[in-house]
Amino acid sequence: MSDKRDLPRSEDESRSRELRDSVIGLGGAVVLTVIAFVLAIFQPWGRSALLLGLGGLALLQIGWHFRYFLHIDLDSSHRDDLQLVLFTGLIVLLMVAGTIWILFNQFMRMG
Amino acid sequence: MSSDKKLHPGINIQHTDPKAHLEAEPIMFGFWIFLMSDLVLFTLLLATYGAMSVHGIAGGPTPGQITDLTSAGIETALLLASSFTFALASIALKYDDNQRALKRWLIVTELLGAAFIGMEIKDFVTLAGKGQVPQVSGFLSAHYALLGTHMLHVASAIVWMVMIWPQMKVPRLKKLVRLRIMRLALFWHMLDVVWVAIVTFVFLFGAST
Repeated sequence: MSDKRDLPRSEDESRSRELRDSVIGLGGAVVLTVIAFVLAIFQPWGRSALLLGLGGLALLQIGWHFRYFLHIDLDSSHRDDLQLVLFTGLIVLLMVAGTIWILFNQFMRMG
Repeated sequence: MSSDKKLHPGINIQHTDPKAHLEAEPIMFGFWIFLMSDLVLFTLLLATYGAMSVHGIAGGPTPGQITDLTSAGIETALLLASSFTFALASIALKYDDNQRALKRWLIVTELLGAAFIGMEIKDFVTLAGKGQVPQVSGFLSAHYALLGTHMLHVASAIVWMVMIWPQMKVPRLKKLVRLRIMRLALFWHMLDVVWVAIVTFVFLFGAST
């Protein structure tokens, strides 16, 4: 700590809070990843339930990364960024669903 | 405008560097817009992969036959660890006046990223060695395109980090370099988010067929 400049007390608190956030982010991501790999290796459920579970875990982990590594939250000064992320989420949903719909439809027409 | 509040998501440097903090808001928001458009690119590659992994086999290997979970697990661990070390680098960037801790964590992040790329190249070489090249089927084309695009992103982030290195030695550039490292941090964390989706929909789904 000797190389640190004199910071107000609140500064030290926010440092430890940001450090804690990163550790929580890492811990949660590790837990979710391990659960997903264990599910994929031991395959305890039928195929469709398994895929659904894995997809849900991925969404959860992506949300976790956004919260703890990219620091997107409900703080009012972040509203612009949150809206940007949510709007992108909507666009992504439309494009992914549309792509899969059209490609599968094409396949049925060819089959 | 008060510089005392948070102006953008993530590590804000309002107390330790108020001047750079005020300049950060539009720059960081602009970078978020780039990140989100990059995310759209990746999700479209993923959607193509999703369709191709079902109907694009064309007599070639199925996802289940080319999935190597051990390799995917090691790659996931490397990238997640590097995301954490970059978070530590961001904290050092904000609070530590000398750059020792920042440089240390950036080097660790670079090495982890390089190891990740090494693992992916090994995977590609193994796959191609079995004759499973992109030309074989629509599925393999989508596989190489998706993973290759992600790998190129990680590689360019490493080049970016290496180019930051000499800039850190110039005191005049200090403010600029801080803002650049903050954007690089967002880019790096976003690549880890994309990898979560890839590892689930490519490797874990592949192992479940």
